[in-house]
Amino acid sequence: MSKMHLKLTVNGEAVETLAEPRELLIHVLRERLNLTGPHIGCETSHCGACTVDLDGKSVKSCTVFAAQAQGAEITTIEGLGNPDGLHVLQEMFKEHHGLQCGFCTPGMITRAWRLLQENPNPTEEEVRFGMAGNLCRCTGYQNIVKSILAAATEMNAAKEAAE
Amino acid sequence: MIPSSFEYHRPGDVAGAVALLSQLGEDARVIAGGHSLIPMMKLRMAALEHLVDLQDIDEMKGISVEAGRVRIGAMTTQHELLTSDVLAGAAPIVREASLQIADPQVRYMGTIGGNVANGDPGNDMPGLMQCLDATFTLQGPDGTRDVQARSFYEAAYMTDRADEEILTTISFDATDGGYAYEKQKRKIGDYATAAAAVLLTRDGGNCASASIAMTNLSDTPVWSEAAGAALVGTALDKAAVDAAVAAMLVDIDPTEDNRGPVAFKNHVAGVILDRAIARAWDRA
Amino acid sequence: MNDLTPTAEERAASLKGIGSTRKRVEDARFTQGKGNYVDDLKMEGMLFGDFVRSPYAHARVVSVDKEAALAVPGVVAVLTAEDLAPLNLHWMPTLAGDKQMVLADGKVLFQGQEVAFVVASDRYAAADAVELVEVEYEELEVVVDPFKAMAPDAPVLREDIADEKEGAHGPRRHHNHIFTWEQGDKDATEAVIAEADVVAEEMVYYHRTHPCPLETCGCVASMDKVNGKLTLWGTFQAPHAVRTVASLISGIAEHNIRVISPDIGGGFGNKVGVYPGYICSVVASIVTGKPVKWVEDRMENLMSTAFARDYWMQGKIAATKEGKITGLWCHTTADHGGFDACADPTKFPAGFMNICTGSYDIPVAYLAVDGVYTNKAPGGVAYRCSFRVTEAAYFIERMIEVLAIELNMDAAELRRINFIKADQFPYNSALGWEYDSGDYHTAWDKALNAVGYADLRKEQAARLEEFKAGKTRKLMGIGLTHFTEIVGAGPVKNCDILGLGMFDSCEIRIHPTGSAIARLGTISQGQGHATTFAQILASEIGIPADDITLEEGDTDTAPYGLGTYGSRSTPVAGAATAMAGRKIRAKAQMIAAYLLEVHDDDVEWDVDRFAVKGAPERFKTMKDIAFAAYNQAIPGIEPGLEAVSYYDPPNMTYPFGAYICVLDIDVDTGETDIRSFYALDDCGTRINPMIIEGQVHGGLTEALAIAMGQEIAYDDMGNIKTGTLMDFFVPTSWETPHYTTDHTTTPSPHHPIGAKGVGESPNVGGVPCFSNAVHDAFRPFGLRQSHMPHDHWRVWNIANSLGLHD
Repeated sequence: MSKMHLKLTVNGEAVETLAEPRELLIHVLRERLNLTGPHIGCETSHCGACTVDLDGKSVKSCTVFAAQAQGAEITTIEGLGNPDGLHVLQEMFKEHHGLQCGFCTPGMITRAWRLLQENPNPTEEEVRFGMAGNLCRCTGYQNIVKSILAAATEMNAAKEAAE
Repeated sequence: MIPSSFEYHRPGDVAGAVALLSQLGEDARVIAGGHSLIPMMKLRMAALEHLVDLQDIDEMKGISVEAGRVRIGAMTTQHELLTSDVLAGAAPIVREASLQIADPQVRYMGTIGGNVANGDPGNDMPGLMQCLDATFTLQGPDGTRDVQARSFYEAAYMTDRADEEILTTISFDATDGGYAYEKQKRKIGDYATAAAAVLLTRDGGNCASASIAMTNLSDTPVWSEAAGAALVGTALDKAAVDAAVAAMLVDIDPTEDNRGPVAFKNHVAGVILDRAIARAWDRA
Repeated sequence: MNDLTPTAEERAASLKGIGSTRKRVEDARFTQGKGNYVDDLKMEGMLFGDFVRSPYAHARVVSVDKEAALAVPGVVAVLTAEDLAPLNLHWMPTLAGDKQMVLADGKVLFQGQEVAFVVASDRYAAADAVELVEVEYEELEVVVDPFKAMAPDAPVLREDIADEKEGAHGPRRHHNHIFTWEQGDKDATEAVIAEADVVAEEMVYYHRTHPCPLETCGCVASMDKVNGKLTLWGTFQAPHAVRTVASLISGIAEHNIRVISPDIGGGFGNKVGVYPGYICSVVASIVTGKPVKWVEDRMENLMSTAFARDYWMQGKIAATKEGKITGLWCHTTADHGGFDACADPTKFPAGFMNICTGSYDIPVAYLAVDGVYTNKAPGGVAYRCSFRVTEAAYFIERMIEVLAIELNMDAAELRRINFIKADQFPYNSALGWEYDSGDYHTAWDKALNAVGYADLRKEQAARLEEFKAGKTRKLMGIGLTHFTEIVGAGPVKNCDILGLGMFDSCEIRIHPTGSAIARLGTISQGQGHATTFAQILASEIGIPADDITLEEGDTDTAPYGLGTYGSRSTPVAGAATAMAGRKIRAKAQMIAAYLLEVHDDDVEWDVDRFAVKGAPERFKTMKDIAFAAYNQAIPGIEPGLEAVSYYDPPNMTYPFGAYICVLDIDVDTGETDIRSFYALDDCGTRINPMIIEGQVHGGLTEALAIAMGQEIAYDDMGNIKTGTLMDFFVPTSWETPHYTTDHTTTPSPHHPIGAKGVGESPNVGGVPCFSNAVHDAFRPFGLRQSHMPHDHWRVWNIANSLGLHD
């Protein structure tokens, strides 16, 4: 099957690659662009391990065709922080033991990143509802929720200090 | 879980999309958010040669309310339905229902058009649209036509839409009075075990009008005219509500699945409707 | 010494040793998406394998036509049993002494069974080809019920062994029978039951479920034909065992096989076994000379690799009229599916099901387990549990509740009067175990007080009155559980897998500048070994945990070990770590004495140093000693500072806990609302409280899933009904409650640091606690036993059958 010329902006950089239209975005990211942070957990859009940010939306990249993403702006876990400066969410997940095996973590943090932009002061209930598209088999969510709430507090404090 | 190959098309307007469908025939399908279609394609339960992506068609997007009539472009996402204050004012039942659909990520991608046009009896929007007496506008090679949601659904995945038609717009009258969307499900992301959409208006102490639709309790959504009629003119006393529930139970036809056997579903349908009526009446 | 000199306490704290809430060293990578899981591996020329699977649960394979599949561009090979037979790899041994088809050899025994293996340039080409392999089947009669499987005229499932009267675990009495395993004193138990004041009898079913880690199983096999070495990366909870098995069945010398477990995205028992995908990938790599990757998808995972439970446990429990238990009897029918692929120690075909006397002092008991073949997937693995301990705990904790009903007693009080007392430890159970330590009464009282048990019962009684008066449709349930686990398999004298003794190991090298690397025979799947084992070592050798690298999972570098499952890492490898540390310290003592110019016996250990007895200002730190070990010629002492320990535990460890759940049930919809969950765990010495708490949260959530909805269900034709995460219940953050954790500390007397292991306790104790809460809500209406999972319709069905909808 013929391949299409795919142009994306990923983590702030323009990238181009060839891909079949049917290729799933998660495979394009992992196999063609070597961004192996997002993972594949269920393939039926239930687990959220493949969550990336696409044009300002949290999406499950196992359920998006490469062709649909043509022209899109994408942020993956690799775009949130780096070894010299972790994102607050990454710091808080470490601090509050918000991860164990780490497999769901990139999707969790990427989803939480969008959630906190839309709702910078969530209640515990709002975090639980807003994170319900991401499954974790290890933590029982309690420390994930704690990490996200702590990150919200930190981010708001930083914002206040900057103002 | 890998789909088979297809050719991809991304038309910029409805006319272009309709032309593609006419030209490509039954080998083509449209894709909106894709969260029903793509899993089926990955399971190879849906195979197609051509995929016509509607995402660039701006005329199919947006929510407006004019002269008491709500118009929603079919490509409007569930997330946009949730966050629209205009819609929350004109028909708050839509937000209440949208919150109970799937999960956040799926709501960012899933569209109201895809949800109503797919004909999946598990989807929540078809029943809601029947409750609202919505009109679906379809555009095909011969122009546009309107179909009422209440006559659109024929069987599971079978609707009045022709293969070369595209459902472009959903419209309905803004609501007043009480509303409730009540849904029982096993977990976030699940289809309904039973769901009820209820709209009521009040005239003094009595119910002036009632519209009731049920989801995932038959191979199509079920708008139960008799259930609504059983409430009109009553003070919604227990006898009236029981009569509405009894009428609804005649109209639904659930089947056994992993959510439970038929007797359970019938019972829960009654409980859910009872609760939806009570909540709607409180708000009326 | 001046005031700036750190005190011993300050020095100890800076080590971040045992008891420290040390943040995890793993997390920097994982939070940045820099984990290295098997599907992240990419190699030049790597091929991708994918299976053709049977749509039927029982059928003869008449023919396999590969032609169309081979014509797909990119397809390199399509392997069938015929291709594997010349290598004698079309069948493989299971960990349970049975054998299993790698690819269908003439017939299939469960839906989803592997029939052919397609190898292609990428996963898209492989998937296209899988669809084009034409397999002709002839359907056979299907048996999914283990009791029907044992009927005289039941169809023969395993034709390969139909006439064999002897199996791996003794005599077989039917063509679908696998084994009978008996423990305890049958005659004495039956005599006690015959004479007892009170006997409660019940069938307790623990349904079939699945570990379902978020990462599925997979591997990459790479045969380097130039140097004759096979490297196998994979999701292996026991990499060394995989290497040995791979060598035994492939004939490749063990030194030419290197098995690597990279990061593992959760295991929960799913990744202990050896699966056809691993064998086929190895063969395909040998055939093609290229690396071959196989990663199953979620549906394949749920339908083919490693189910858990499916135990039908018929029980009788006898007691005096005052409630003192006098005997326990259990007969279990164990549904193993098409092949016996349990992952139990060899001598325990039903695992440690004989821990089913639980926390109670039961004078006499009898257990018999019959293993049976059916047309379901093979497995029977320990899903977040130590070899059938979940089944045992569920059984006894249900039987206690049923006995409480029979006696018209409060179930908390019934437990209290039957607990093994603190002064009875070490305690020899009627079914043959020696419980190492425990203080159940203290834990129980602490738990009951913490939740305000008496007040909860009053509130429940008031609710019941309201319900009866028609003022509410919600019932309140209080779930109680006191569980005792048996983990840390185990002593080599009675625990082995495929003949490999279940010791574990740790090797330590101290570097000249005083930092260290330690390697273990275990492998973390999220438990945080790199964090906690460094803490053990920090306390043992006085080097800060932050200065110790932990490595696991590479058989070329790590010492031989049996891996991570059954909560064995801390009890066994943790002990090996402490013991290896003590060997380091013993040598360090001699070096220190030499440097301080005193006799070995005249120095003493002080947190991070050896000091001269009575002169604490004269000391050598471990850092000083490490450097000396590499730069000084010390008479009679070899240079260097390294140690290895292979630890054969003298006994199992016996963690325990007291859990209490409060929930509300809507009798009209069957919905349950977990109002609170209190979990007190006693896992002995606590290495890292933060990680323990995380393990408890996770295990409780898996317990919630299992108790309230998670099942592998089949229809009568053997079709799996719960093959995706739509139907296979994994709770989200929304359905998961907030947990309260607590602890008591009763160290294990035989473990070097007193630790017992905790990872599986919350699942073992959680499932009966949730289930007991549901049952408890309906107790006033006469409910005795209702099978899990307690999903909406089944709970509704309880209410309905008790007349609560009339």
